[in-house]
Amino acid sequence: MAALFSKESRQAFTEPLSLNNPVLVQVLGICSALAVTAKLEPAIVMGLSVTVITAFSNVIVSLIRKTIPNRIRIIIQLVVVAALVTIVSMVLKAFAYDVSVQLSVYIGLIITNCILMGRLEAFAMTNGPWQSFLDGIGNGLGYAWILVAVGFVRELLGSGTLLGFQIIPKAAYNAGYVNNGMMTMPAMSMIILGCIIWAHRAYTTKNTK
Amino acid sequence: MIQKTLDKLRPHFQEGGKLSALRSVFDGFETFLVVPSATSRTGVSIHDSIDSKRIMSFVVIALMPALLFGMYNIGYQNALAAGADTTACGALLLYGLAVMLPKIVVSYVVGLGIEFVVAQWKKEEIQEGYLVTGMLIPMILPVETPLWMLAVAVAFSVIFAKEIYGGTGMNIFNPALVARAFLFFAYPTSMSGDKVWLAKDTFLGLGHTVADGTTLATPLGEAAAQVAPTGDFWTYCVGLMPGSVGETSVIAIAIGAAILLWTGIASWKTMGSVFVGGALTAWLFNIGGLEGNAVANIPWYNHLVLGGFCFGAVFMATDPVTSARTEGGKYVYGLLIGALAITIRVLNPGYPEGMMLAILFMNMFAPLIDYCFVQRNISRRLKRSQSK
Repeated sequence: MAALFSKESRQAFTEPLSLNNPVLVQVLGICSALAVTAKLEPAIVMGLSVTVITAFSNVIVSLIRKTIPNRIRIIIQLVVVAALVTIVSMVLKAFAYDVSVQLSVYIGLIITNCILMGRLEAFAMTNGPWQSFLDGIGNGLGYAWILVAVGFVRELLGSGTLLGFQIIPKAAYNAGYVNNGMMTMPAMSMIILGCIIWAHRAYTTKNTK
Repeated sequence: MIQKTLDKLRPHFQEGGKLSALRSVFDGFETFLVVPSATSRTGVSIHDSIDSKRIMSFVVIALMPALLFGMYNIGYQNALAAGADTTACGALLLYGLAVMLPKIVVSYVVGLGIEFVVAQWKKEEIQEGYLVTGMLIPMILPVETPLWMLAVAVAFSVIFAKEIYGGTGMNIFNPALVARAFLFFAYPTSMSGDKVWLAKDTFLGLGHTVADGTTLATPLGEAAAQVAPTGDFWTYCVGLMPGSVGETSVIAIAIGAAILLWTGIASWKTMGSVFVGGALTAWLFNIGGLEGNAVANIPWYNHLVLGGFCFGAVFMATDPVTSARTEGGKYVYGLLIGALAITIRVLNPGYPEGMMLAILFMNMFAPLIDYCFVQRNISRRLKRSQSK
């Protein structure tokens, strides 16, 4: 097993943050990114939930990867993910009820998140638990920061608040400023996401040249 | 004389000149003012003296009657609501001009500014498409739209409806309508309802101040609220009624349509079939007679002259870039726009006007319609050649 912070381990963690970001580069997990980012708070919670679930399902699947029969591996992976999703959903209901109501079905739908299945298939099935853990954390955070970025713009421009606090001053509203209603619609997060991908791609191609 | 001045100025803007950063601006103005004499360097090609900048100018000229009438109508509605004299034609027009001018200026400054920056950045020529869009946008908005909203919408539509597709001629959606759709969804209270159709403040000492609570509903807005609209066909044709600036007068739009058709810029097939499609659908709703739906019971001839139907049919649906290009496709495209616009009006109480959404929707399908017609031609010719 590789050393705890070998080059490979570090790569497993840092690559999905930017260069091989699951949302920006692989364009996975878009559906939930559009649905839960109207406010910043659910976006943060969603990002963290996905991070936790990806990390631990990666570890569990990686631990039992040698005993999983190849033909039924997807079902076993699903059972693992479903168990973790249920736990997270219960924890949220117990400790952060308001947010869990806002997120509604999207916590349950983490089971079908392409990032999860992708990481299990592509990474956890062929790598050790520690590296799989780092990979899960990396991909989860890579997904989370996109959600937070989109949620930040959408809540600021759509509701004039951040995490529920009023950011845009009253004076601006009196001067004729109006919140942009389109920002609260999922269509706009598509455009914001497109802009982030655009900027990211322009930045990375410039750097790799 | 213009040519001489331009020739004198040119060295400053060329590579190495002190103003080379503004090269594309200079280029844009030069080709706008005089027809470029440059010809293609390879092969044989024949140029018509009408290039796209000349086409754009014709469309802007065709828009003028509707714009002038719109200005007059702004003044008229303002005076009417203030209970003042509505016969002083010149004063009303002047007030409308004072209200509209800042909007047009903002629209052009923001839109052309972005175009200039992009052109300079990509080292391309300035594209002229914004000439028409910039005039259209203020004309399809309610008169009370704040200037900053206009600027935001223009920036959004130029960047996201045009530049990211590759600029003029490459866009899928009509940029002017995208700007309106953006405002419609982003700031719904400023775009519809009964508070936005009336200019309320005096402007440079012109016009009258109207009390803040004064409301004015468009005929379609009234119908959507289940009130039978007042007025008859002739009032709607003349257009002294509330509505977006350019859309109210059918007569002024008809003059524009005549200019467009006479110069051959707009296709009569598209334009005509929009009206046919709208008339048929409205007529069907008339005889179907939906219970308790005031919009369905507007007679079909009134449907055609109300709201943005005429303006959309003449200036938006016929946009050569975003409409269908095959001859048969133009009929299908137009018919569907007309039918969809009326259907949205009648069946969706949330949207009193359906023209914008209908045209945007069909913009999306125009390439598909063209594809079907091209494929049909190909397979027909194939069959013909094989049967011999």
